Amino acid sequence: MPERYPGYDVLAKRDGLSWNEPTRSAIAARLAIADEPRFFDIEAWQTLKAVCDRMVPQPAGRAQVPIAAMVDRKLADDARDGFRPASLPPQREAWRRGLAALDATARAQHEARFHTLAAADQDRLLKAMQQGKLDGPDWNDLPAATFFGARLASDILSAYYSHPLAWSEMGFGGPASPRGYVRMGANRRDPWEAAEAKPGSEAEARRENDRVR
Amino acid sequence: MFDEALRKPRGKGGRAPDPMRVGGWVPMREYPGDEEVDFAIVGTGAGGGTLACKLAEAGFSVVAFDAGAWWRPLEEFASDETHQGKLYWTDERLCDGANPLKLGANNSGRAIGGSTVHFAMVSLRMRPERLNSRSKLGYGADWPLDWREMWNYYTEVERALAIAGPVNYPWGPPRPRYPYRAHEINAAGLVLARSCEAMGIDWSETPLATVSAPRGRSHPCVYRGFCVTGCSTNAKQSVLITWIPRAVKAGAEIRDLAMVGRIETNAGRATGVHYYREGQWRFQRARNVVVAGYAIETPRLLLNSANAQFPDGLANRSGLVGKYLMAQTNQAAWGVMEDEIRWYKGPPSLAITEHWNYTDTGKDFFGGYAYMSQGPLPQAWASTLSGNRGLWGEALMREMEKYNHQAGLKIVGEVLPQEANRVTLADEKDQYGLPIARVTYSLCDNDQALVKHALDFMSKSLDAIGATDIWTEDDDTCHLAGTARMGDDPTTSVVNADCRSWDIPNLWICDGSVFPTVGAVNPSLTIQAIACRTGDRIKELASQGTL
Repeated sequence: MPERYPGYDVLAKRDGLSWNEPTRSAIAARLAIADEPRFFDIEAWQTLKAVCDRMVPQPAGRAQVPIAAMVDRKLADDARDGFRPASLPPQREAWRRGLAALDATARAQHEARFHTLAAADQDRLLKAMQQGKLDGPDWNDLPAATFFGARLASDILSAYYSHPLAWSEMGFGGPASPRGYVRMGANRRDPWEAAEAKPGSEAEARRENDRVR
Repeated sequence: MFDEALRKPRGKGGRAPDPMRVGGWVPMREYPGDEEVDFAIVGTGAGGGTLACKLAEAGFSVVAFDAGAWWRPLEEFASDETHQGKLYWTDERLCDGANPLKLGANNSGRAIGGSTVHFAMVSLRMRPERLNSRSKLGYGADWPLDWREMWNYYTEVERALAIAGPVNYPWGPPRPRYPYRAHEINAAGLVLARSCEAMGIDWSETPLATVSAPRGRSHPCVYRGFCVTGCSTNAKQSVLITWIPRAVKAGAEIRDLAMVGRIETNAGRATGVHYYREGQWRFQRARNVVVAGYAIETPRLLLNSANAQFPDGLANRSGLVGKYLMAQTNQAAWGVMEDEIRWYKGPPSLAITEHWNYTDTGKDFFGGYAYMSQGPLPQAWASTLSGNRGLWGEALMREMEKYNHQAGLKIVGEVLPQEANRVTLADEKDQYGLPIARVTYSLCDNDQALVKHALDFMSKSLDAIGATDIWTEDDDTCHLAGTARMGDDPTTSVVNADCRSWDIPNLWICDGSVFPTVGAVNPSLTIQAIACRTGDRIKELASQGTL
């Protein structure tokens, strides 16, 4: 798939007028997250990494967002959402039990750990979890579909789409304080926004994106 | 990391933070705990913050408490969905029922200024007939308030917040001109405008609580689009920068990071509040206590305050505390435009139609809905796609790539008040050792019929202007109300029209929980109007010696 916003890097604005100090500080901390676990043990971490790779298959040839580590830090800090489905335990317990149950299901069905399965087999298990088709003693009373939707997908996708690499990929303007925006109408772009490559205009878009500050 | 306000209270030592100036302070009056103040107010959002101002300006001694922090947005708010989680109520709550609610970022604030610090600024008057929906429209319950009186209080709030709105608003009885001019409509808003015109219905610029011209130390809105994660430029006229500074100036004391856990009573009257601040439980004596914690924390506090004289909780002889919880439906139709829309620019809902709030024909359900243009930020959009369509993996990432061409129409829909939708206490405890709230919620057939009508109409509207890939988000809810409804009859309501509880004469409830019906528009302006009215009524009652 060709890049829609070639060369656009939201981080090029980091020292410009669109980022205030609290934003720079919050994003710097996020970018400094090391790709290693603090909350999960090694087995759960291996499973989580594999799950993240399937939930968000990141483009090769660029830096990878350490999604698993970002989820891990949310749990290490126990930063909660302010509510949970009554059928789920608190997030730390839900994550530990959910990953263990997924791995146990992989062993039961494939005689192998989840993270060693082929991508297609991993996807099949994740889809079965999403559809609530995984149960049995490994899951105990953890409802698979609720865990998938309210916990697993929610935390993983929130982590990924909080990362500047994801913002650049989708052409999001990113942080915007205090400068904000001026051109509000359709097909109007401020010079500090991502330029979209239209067929035949990729080079022009790339030039525009190189000038984003 | 820019979260000092979460760790150490700022409203103390005779001063309060000035949210309008970097590092700024203003003097603040303080009251000792053993001094019986006129009013202890629990919560500083649209209800409590507004009432604190009105009562302090009327000369009463006021101490207002909030569990949240006292922010200075100019130096502490990032342009970031995750970081700004510091504005939300993130203590645990359990959600069940057929349609479990989403709380936290969705509708629950925890800050001086409450949820108005992160609200989308949509400032609408409730349609007059909805205050008499039982007698005029045949459903729900009547409010004990006269819409003409409310119309005047709406005007007071619109002036206090310098609402930016259109010259002529298409629906409802005449209203005074909005104080500030309407904002320029972004491309996402123009999608709504064009789609309404294609369907032959009216639309309007949305009246918004963010300034379109300078006002004091507030600069005009710069259209950065992070409104629902907190305004870092103070264009947004939240309670934090409007009513609270006025309250402090008038002599109110505001205590941040102060979690009220129990209201004390003696011989049938409230005597003060127990609150946790700086590592210990403390007590403030008060002649009157006002609960303003919104539709979940308000009933939770009343229920957690049960004692020997009031074994079922305070103000609960009717048995209705916690019941008739309402969550406005918030479904949407989404589509892809050929144009670049870039809906992240500007306030998220710059254009609105209240057509199906003011039109009673052509419907097979009670109630109504407004709908507005949208501008979800990346995390919110990913959550919408995955939560509703079950997308993940490549499928999700391909969909996210269309972000800048996406447009959407989203309702604020009325739901019927149902007794079974309620807040109760769970066995699980929070960090203060207090039972947490269990929130039980199910939509009824009428609510579903309203949603279906809205989704059909909005899908056709998008189709009529050439949107592609149209799909409907069938399951979302937003603003809360109910759980301590007002009324004329002590057996069927918790408070009277003055927000005074029937059971305990010096216990008041002043927030969205007093709504008997939720209406079809965002509730914040109505909550503030009720708070203004309550303030005036308390002043009157005091002058008559009947407080």
